[in-house]
Amino acid sequence: MTDSTDTPETSGDDAPGGAPELPPPCDKKLLTARYDIEDAHTLAVAERHGAYALARKAFGGMIPQQKIKDEVLAASIRGRGGAGFPAGRKWSFLSPKEGESVYLVINADESEPGTFKDRTIMNLDPHRLIEGILLTCYAIGAHDCWIYVRGELKHSIDILDAALAEAREKGYVGERPFGKNHAVRIWTHTGAGAYICGEETALLNSLEGRRGEPRLKPPFPAIKGAFDMPTIVNNVETIASVPDIVEMGGDAWARLSRFEGADGGPPLDGGLRLYGISGHVKKPGVYEAPVGITMRELIEVYGGGMLDGRKLKGVIPGGSSTPVLRPDWKVDAPNEDHPLHAWHGMSEIDVPMGVDTYRALGTMLGTCCAIVMDDTVNMVEACRNLMRFYKHESCGQCTPCREGCGWLVDTLDQLCTGRGKVEDVHLLVDIANNMMGNTICAFADGTAMPMLGFVQKFREEFVEAAKRGAPLEARHDETTRALVKGGADGKAA
Amino acid sequence: MAFALTPEREKEVDELLTHYPTKRAALIPVLWICQRQHGWVSPDVIAYVGERLELSTAIVKGVVTFYTMFFQKPVGSHVIYVCRTLSCDLRGAKAIQEHLEEKLGCHAGETSEDGKFTLLKAECLAACGQAPMVQIDDDYHENLTFESLDAILETYRGKEASA
Repeated sequence: MTDSTDTPETSGDDAPGGAPELPPPCDKKLLTARYDIEDAHTLAVAERHGAYALARKAFGGMIPQQKIKDEVLAASIRGRGGAGFPAGRKWSFLSPKEGESVYLVINADESEPGTFKDRTIMNLDPHRLIEGILLTCYAIGAHDCWIYVRGELKHSIDILDAALAEAREKGYVGERPFGKNHAVRIWTHTGAGAYICGEETALLNSLEGRRGEPRLKPPFPAIKGAFDMPTIVNNVETIASVPDIVEMGGDAWARLSRFEGADGGPPLDGGLRLYGISGHVKKPGVYEAPVGITMRELIEVYGGGMLDGRKLKGVIPGGSSTPVLRPDWKVDAPNEDHPLHAWHGMSEIDVPMGVDTYRALGTMLGTCCAIVMDDTVNMVEACRNLMRFYKHESCGQCTPCREGCGWLVDTLDQLCTGRGKVEDVHLLVDIANNMMGNTICAFADGTAMPMLGFVQKFREEFVEAAKRGAPLEARHDETTRALVKGGADGKAA
Repeated sequence: MAFALTPEREKEVDELLTHYPTKRAALIPVLWICQRQHGWVSPDVIAYVGERLELSTAIVKGVVTFYTMFFQKPVGSHVIYVCRTLSCDLRGAKAIQEHLEEKLGCHAGETSEDGKFTLLKAECLAACGQAPMVQIDDDYHENLTFESLDAILETYRGKEASA
């Protein structure tokens, strides 16, 4: 990446001629197909609109177990929880020994700041998730599934429980789904407020009634997971996509992605997915679109553009753990072998959003839910907000993380209250570097990476804060206060 | 006084125990049931849960202290969580918190003098697209303005009056 000393490019509504032409929003709907149907959370309505047709076929013997696994593998669906691991490959790690039960656990502990997509599936179309669970359990030979939902989402848990009760009554879930001798028991399990429980091994500990502290890996959950049994942990959206993948065929589903595979094959990052957008845009919300749209499209076409026509300053692409992008930074990939060479010289926000492209860009796709910040935002304050989150949520098991998160916040507090020194900026980098890779789970990396990203992209603001010697002007407080007073554009009534 | 669940809730616990291969796995859901009845997780609740699930009180307490949603001291009739993480903060969460502090006459982390509301700051509640938002007891209230928030508070005061 280059620095930003050349002419800054904007991406507000007033983007100059340099901004590329953007395609219209995606009109294909899979995951969100039943979102706008009234009462689609009830079984009768969902079934009238296609729910359980595939599960019925599968349990009726018309779709072999191996076929479901093959299609999911062919779909190249990258895990939607944030790590982007191909779900089909994860399933392939299962090799239960004699006498072992395979378990499926659904990760609905959606807590990554900026992320609010899984909640829409649970609230608006719970039967899609349940059908996905049925197909998955059938494919991987599991008989028990727990949906681990964060405790705050009581409303979603109630909807899921009601949907499950209906499905049990109909005989779709339980000892003999659709009359087939392959029991699938599904329960919701309620968390109680801990971000770390979204980490799969912490989630398993929490499910077992323990403190939500991540486990050392290996053994990975597919070998030894919940209750010491081989376990697959998948995100809500990943599993909710399974019915569509099986219906369309993995290859066709994968090709819905904007990416292209090598030699005409299917792309390695396939399908449609849910994008979320929040912060300073006119239409924050959850939108379904192909994998591989650009951040500029997400903001302009789906998010409705910047709020009050202000300029985009930075965007956190996929939940708070992903390093921030800056629209006036250009992709620097002159070498033809570089995976981003095709976008050389273009703005960072014009790179297609994919697990691999974003990794090459030095950030991560994460949960694909962006936080958009306009030019009123002080980046040191924004960074402090997120680091406070991590300090609050560190489980405290590993010293570099527990202490490091605290030190980052202390240092940022100094900078934000006018007591900082320029050396503090280096200190932030030093602390972050000492957290990376030194802990049991990826939480510390997920803290250090955005911290380093903020300093890398907005160093001048950190240095300015250090030199100021006075508290930062709470500039964006004034503009945000106007929002809640009502009347700002884009504000839902 | 020793804590006991109502017979209906005891049945809920019995049902929960059928969901898992171990008794311990029901720990967090059982704590929830107890907190819904009692309002908070008192030492008596911990003793009861330990006995019910055949766990030491140390293990139960270790779990209670890990999770932020279990109250280790009594709270007001309604608990208000203000989401203060970035997406909400960008859309005015700080102003919402200050407004609530003024309205309730207490700071975040405290309970109003009449004992009706406990005001707490929360980290991301997964409603970023509907920011700013608060969670009151089990319910989310989203896309807030001062005006809509005032109206929402009134409905909770109304519930109190009619209770």
